[in-house]
Amino acid sequence: MSALPATPTAALDGVLQRHGHYPTELLQILIEAQDLEGWLPAPTLTHIAQSLHIPRSRVEGVAGFYSFLYTQPVGRYRVLFSDNITDRMLGNAELMDALCRKLWIEPGKLSEDGLVSIATTSCTGLCDQGPGMLVNGRAIGQLTHRRINEIAEMIRQQRPLELWPAEYFQIGDNIRRKDSLLNLDMKPGAALAAVIELGREGWLQEVQKSNLRGRGGAGFATAVKWASARNASGEPKIIVCNADEGEPGTFKDRVLLNSYADLIFEGMTLAAWAVGASEGFLYLRGEYRYLLPQLEAVLARRREAGLLGRNILHEPCFDFDIRIHLGAGAYVCGEETALIESLEGKRGTPRIRPPFPVTKGYLGRPTVVNNVETLAKTCLIALGGGEAFAASGTAQSAGTKLLSISGDCAAPGIYEYPFGVPIARILEDCGASDTQAVQVGGAAGVCLAGYEFQRRIAYEDVPTAGAFMIFDGSRDLFDVARAFVHFFAHESCGFCTPCRVGTSLLQGFMDKLADGHGAKADLADIDWLDRLLKNASHCGLGSAAPNPVIDTLQKFRPAYERRLVSLDFEPAFDLDAALAEARQLTARDDPGAHLHTHEEEEK
Amino acid sequence: MSPAPAPARKLRVATTSLAGCFGCHMSFLDIDEHLFELVELVEFDRSPLTDIKDVGPCDIGLIEGGVCNAENVHVLREFRRHCKTLIALGACAVNGGLPAQRNHLPLSECLREVYQFRPGLENGQIPNDPELPLPLDRVRPIHEVVRVDYFLPGCPPSGPAIWKFLTDLIAGRTPRLAGGLLHYD
Repeated sequence: MSALPATPTAALDGVLQRHGHYPTELLQILIEAQDLEGWLPAPTLTHIAQSLHIPRSRVEGVAGFYSFLYTQPVGRYRVLFSDNITDRMLGNAELMDALCRKLWIEPGKLSEDGLVSIATTSCTGLCDQGPGMLVNGRAIGQLTHRRINEIAEMIRQQRPLELWPAEYFQIGDNIRRKDSLLNLDMKPGAALAAVIELGREGWLQEVQKSNLRGRGGAGFATAVKWASARNASGEPKIIVCNADEGEPGTFKDRVLLNSYADLIFEGMTLAAWAVGASEGFLYLRGEYRYLLPQLEAVLARRREAGLLGRNILHEPCFDFDIRIHLGAGAYVCGEETALIESLEGKRGTPRIRPPFPVTKGYLGRPTVVNNVETLAKTCLIALGGGEAFAASGTAQSAGTKLLSISGDCAAPGIYEYPFGVPIARILEDCGASDTQAVQVGGAAGVCLAGYEFQRRIAYEDVPTAGAFMIFDGSRDLFDVARAFVHFFAHESCGFCTPCRVGTSLLQGFMDKLADGHGAKADLADIDWLDRLLKNASHCGLGSAAPNPVIDTLQKFRPAYERRLVSLDFEPAFDLDAALAEARQLTARDDPGAHLHTHEEEEK
Repeated sequence: MSPAPAPARKLRVATTSLAGCFGCHMSFLDIDEHLFELVELVEFDRSPLTDIKDVGPCDIGLIEGGVCNAENVHVLREFRRHCKTLIALGACAVNGGLPAQRNHLPLSECLREVYQFRPGLENGQIPNDPELPLPLDRVRPIHEVVRVDYFLPGCPPSGPAIWKFLTDLIAGRTPRLAGGLLHYD
């Protein structure tokens, strides 16, 4: 696969043709072009640029942005180990090491025969059944040494993925607690029929009465968002379902997409009815690409049933259809404006707001971007009415919330609770004991210590997009924070300097402490970097990046302090070793040819 | 940029150049007639201006240049030990600057190229007199070797920038360079 094709193939032209040579389809074209060769050789990029009549630099810029697009050769078997903290806690490093040794390769490098490459990737959303990996985009969970041995053998034998044991690719839903949403058994189209009955205005009023707020974490009122898009000028209007579930530790959307896809697509159609939208996109994160065939099948079935397409349920002028747009490994695309950029076939760089997407979104048109769970919830409102929905939960947080629970507990998986549930209750239900801390809301969220376990999941107390990672007494919270800092440094889009440089500097300090070179002065510098990231970053990624450090420094400070070797200052490198080369070159070993790492020792 | 009210006692200031070109010191002299005001406010300890060889207890230490050899480490540590406030003055102290260009090459290549393989050199060998400080494998900015309190960038920082910085510091204001004075080239 490392051999350059002499000329771009007819297959590539087929891909371009299928996407109508639209530059907005660039990301989708690149993903499919990569499927042909396994990677994106330079002639392919050039050919795409020429065919789309866009600069070569733009194609290269997009290809270089997404983690799952490769402009260098990768193995015919492309193994990516999920590297969330929960994967680390389950021993992913040891497993990756074992696989590398068995296949005689180094992480991040391509084997000489081009057979296999092994690397890590950000959280793949398999935290409840980790450690996880992706092999050529297919997810495998519950890795063990036995599985690793078998995988090594199958790769050596070059067995096609289709012939690998099917149970490898079985990703369980692990639903542990159901409430109103997960208990809903809706006949496709039932919610739609109900809202068509209500009329567009009446439906919007129901949503308003329900007090539904966005489940992606920010908690913006859904009815306000829909009404704004509805009142905005510009056609056609767009509904986007944000299924770019990249927040480490979150996997509730994976389960909804897998087993409740009809609720999601119906929710999108309900939104379209309220807003007057005619086009819909589901932005599916690249890590969930294995769900694509079944999602396409659901869409096809809905089209056949008259639930998508023209004159939905025979309602004149109710036209709406949905396309699935694939991501390619970029956490920042979960941010709605970055997601829209990505939908337009560009790098996922967040936009400056305002204008907000509801007035100027996809291609400048009014665009509603809602979370998967938010859209699914609208079916409940359509069927049961807004007031009934508003009656559950708390004053400011109506309804239920899906939590993705992972880490140190007996029963990881999906738990649906009415808003207002205390942390302690959740810990009890999932069988967590000796819990030291809970990271709620993912890497960007909040780290709660034991004295906060009476706090409640709700927008007015502990808001969350759904991640709930549990750390028991055996875990070191410094390692947790460091893992998240590495995550942000890797996922920074590179657009603004405070985030690009700041996350990387923060990573440097955390590594310095981890390597045993920490000093008190570093903690002051870390504080300063935290403030800089929080205040100067362009988007939420940069301003959330220091959160894990801020929280753990406040609540688990000894985890940092015990790593300090000096109360003043400590270089990050060994000064005496820095003279070793010169010593060797000059054959000197006198006292002047040495430096003590600690100044005091010199006297 | 009015001169600061004189503090009760004169502040003691030391300056030195490590792996630098003395360009920052030349720029320091560019404060011109402000030098007269300055000597009313401070007295100099170790500095090219005084020719004192060893630094004593000081309020302010100005370091030009990065850290390229063992002697630089000793001098820098001595400054840190004696100065309440230590300032990285100029691009080389802040980032390693021009001398750090050698960081792209192994030290052995640099030394062999200069002392053994240079055209016209006969029986060349790498100097090994114990009097000579050994070079570090990489040139480091000073904040990687000691704790640094302030950074004044520029190659060199202009005279007015240095004057503003010092008058702020002497007056007890956190030094702050407005747009025009702050530059990195």
